[in-house]
Amino acid sequence: MSDAVKQGGPAQAGSPPRAGDGQSGGFLRSAGLVLLRQRESTVFVVAVALFIYFAVSSSAFVTGTNLPILFTQDSAPFIILALGEVFLLICGEIDLSVGFTFAFAPFLMYFLNQYYGVPGILAIIIALFSGVVVGWINAFLTVTVGLPSFITTLGTGLVLLGILDTTSHAEPVTIPTDMTSDVHWLGGNWAPFIWAIGLTIIMHIVLTRTRWGLHTVSVGGNLLGAREAGIHVNTIKYGNFMLAGLFGALVGLQNAYVTNSIDPTAGGYLYMFYAVTAAVIGGTAMLGGSGTVIGACLGAIVIGMLTDGFTILGVSANPLDIIFGAAVLVAMIANVQLARLRERGAQ
Amino acid sequence: MTEAPGSAADILRVEHISKNYGAVNALSDINLRLGTGEVLGLIGDNGAGKSTLLKILCGFQSPTSGQIVLEGKEVSFKSVDHARSLGIDAVYQDLALIPQLTVYQNMFLNREKVNWPLLNSRAMRKEAKEHLDEIGVRIPNINASVAQLSGGQRQAIAVARSVFSSPKILLLDEPLAAMGVKEGSIILDLITRLKSQGNVSIIIIAHNYGQVLEVCDRVNLIQGGKITLDKRSDETSAEELTDLVVAEYRKALEERQREAAGGLG
Repeated sequence: MSDAVKQGGPAQAGSPPRAGDGQSGGFLRSAGLVLLRQRESTVFVVAVALFIYFAVSSSAFVTGTNLPILFTQDSAPFIILALGEVFLLICGEIDLSVGFTFAFAPFLMYFLNQYYGVPGILAIIIALFSGVVVGWINAFLTVTVGLPSFITTLGTGLVLLGILDTTSHAEPVTIPTDMTSDVHWLGGNWAPFIWAIGLTIIMHIVLTRTRWGLHTVSVGGNLLGAREAGIHVNTIKYGNFMLAGLFGALVGLQNAYVTNSIDPTAGGYLYMFYAVTAAVIGGTAMLGGSGTVIGACLGAIVIGMLTDGFTILGVSANPLDIIFGAAVLVAMIANVQLARLRERGAQ
Repeated sequence: MTEAPGSAADILRVEHISKNYGAVNALSDINLRLGTGEVLGLIGDNGAGKSTLLKILCGFQSPTSGQIVLEGKEVSFKSVDHARSLGIDAVYQDLALIPQLTVYQNMFLNREKVNWPLLNSRAMRKEAKEHLDEIGVRIPNINASVAQLSGGQRQAIAVARSVFSSPKILLLDEPLAAMGVKEGSIILDLITRLKSQGNVSIIIIAHNYGQVLEVCDRVNLIQGGKITLDKRSDETSAEELTDLVVAEYRKALEERQREAAGGLG
C-alpha cells in the first residue's frame, strides 16, 4: 500500500481492513488510521463532541424523556429523508419536493379513510405508494423530459403544497380514532428511530454491496462511461427518485403518528433542507459520484442534537438557523478541501 | 501498395468505404485489411478521417457507402452492442472508467459477479487480479480507486477490460495520447503481450510514429480521407511517415496562401 490517502469511492469505505494492517503499529493506532481514512470520520467526531457538550451542559439532555425526543422526533425523520437524498445526490440528482411528499402522504391516508372508507392499513399502504408515484413523476420530468431535477422537484413540491392547501383548506386534522390502534410499529415511542437505523443498515449494504449501489455511483461518477458500459442509466435514476419519494411518504406518516396530527404545514422545504444538509455534512458530494449512508445518518443525528440540545439550553429557534447555515458552509468547505487533499495524495 | 490484396487469413476487410457528413467528405473509397493476429497502426494528421473510420468499424456510425467484411462475411453493424457481439471491441479516448470505483469494480462494470443479492467482491478481485497478471498489467493495488491511477494505468485498465470478453478485434483510439515515454511503455508492453498471445487482432490510432512502428506489424497512413500509404513496419521509418505528413501540410499551406493572395488581388 502506498502512503497516498487511501480513501476511494464509497464502495471502498466498507471494505474490510487488509490482513497485516495491524501487525506493526498496534491495534489502536491502526484502528485510528482506518477511522481517519473514512469519509464519515469528521461527522462522527462532531457527533460525539456535541453529545458530550450537551450532556455536560444540561442534566436534562441524557434522560428517559429527552432521548426519545432527540432520536425519534428530532433525528429519525432526517435520517430517513437523507437516505433517499444520498442515493439521488450520488447519481447526480436532488429531490427538493420530498418535504411536501412528507406532508401529502398522511393527508392522502386521512382522505382515503374518511371519505372513501378505505380501511386503516390499506390507506397507509396507498399513502406510502403515493410517495413512489411522486418520485416517478419527478424522474419522468427529469430523466425523460430532460429538466434539471432542481427545477423539476421545486415545481412538483409546490404543486403538492397547492393540492394540500386546497383540499385541506390549510387546516390540520387529527388521525381518525379507528386508525390509531396497532400502529406502534409506525409511530411508537422508539419506532421511527428503529426504522431509521434499520433502513440505514439496509441502504448502506445496498450502496456498498449490490449492483444497484455500484451502478448508482457509476451514473454519478461518469454518466457517459456508465452508458457506454451498458448500464441502464435511466432505470437507476427512476429507481432512486422513487425511493426518495417512498421515504418522504414513510417519514410523513410516522410524523403524523408521533405527533397525532396531520398538518399541511409539516415538512416542507425546511425538512428537505435538513435532509440534504445531513447528507452533505455526512460526506456526500453534491456533484455526484460519491456519498455515504452512514455519514448521512450521523449528519442527521448531529442536526437532531443541535435542535434538541439548543432547545434544552433555552436558545430560541431563530439563531439556530444561523448555526445550521454555517454548518452547511463549513461542511462544504471541508469536503472541497478534503477532495483536494485526496487528489494531491493520489499523485 | 506493397501488400497483396486481402487473403483468406484476413479477419477484417474494409472495401470502398465512404462517409459524407452533408457536403463534407470525411472518408472516400477507403480500402483496408487486417490480418488475423496482426497489429495495424492507423496514422494521419488531425481531421484526416482516422476516428471516423474507427467509429464505423465499432458500429457507432454507419458508412455512406461501401462494405465491411468480417471473417469472409459481409456485415453491417446496427449498434456498438451489435459489433461487440460479433467480437469487435473498442477503447475510446474517454476510456469509460468510473473514477470513484476501484480497479476491480471498473473491470467488472455491468458484468459484476453476484451472490444474489450481494456482490461477490472476493471472486471479482481474484479474477481481475489473475486477468491483469495474465496480460502483464501491474497495478499496485486492485482496491485503489481509478482516480488514484496515472493516465497510463487507466488506459491499461480500459484495454484490459475490453479484452476480458475475448474480442477478436480490438480498436484502440489514441491509446498513447498525452502520455510520457514511461507511461506509454505500459500500453506498448500490453499490446506486445496481447500480440504474442495471438488471440486478438488490433487496430491502433496514434500520433507518435516511433511508438507505432515499434509495436505494429503494418501501418496505414490516412490523408484527406484516403489511404495514401500501406507498408509493413520494417519497410518504413518514422522519418518517412513524418516527411509524408509534413509534405501534405506544406501543400495545404501553400494552397491556402495562394488562395489568400488571389483573394487580395
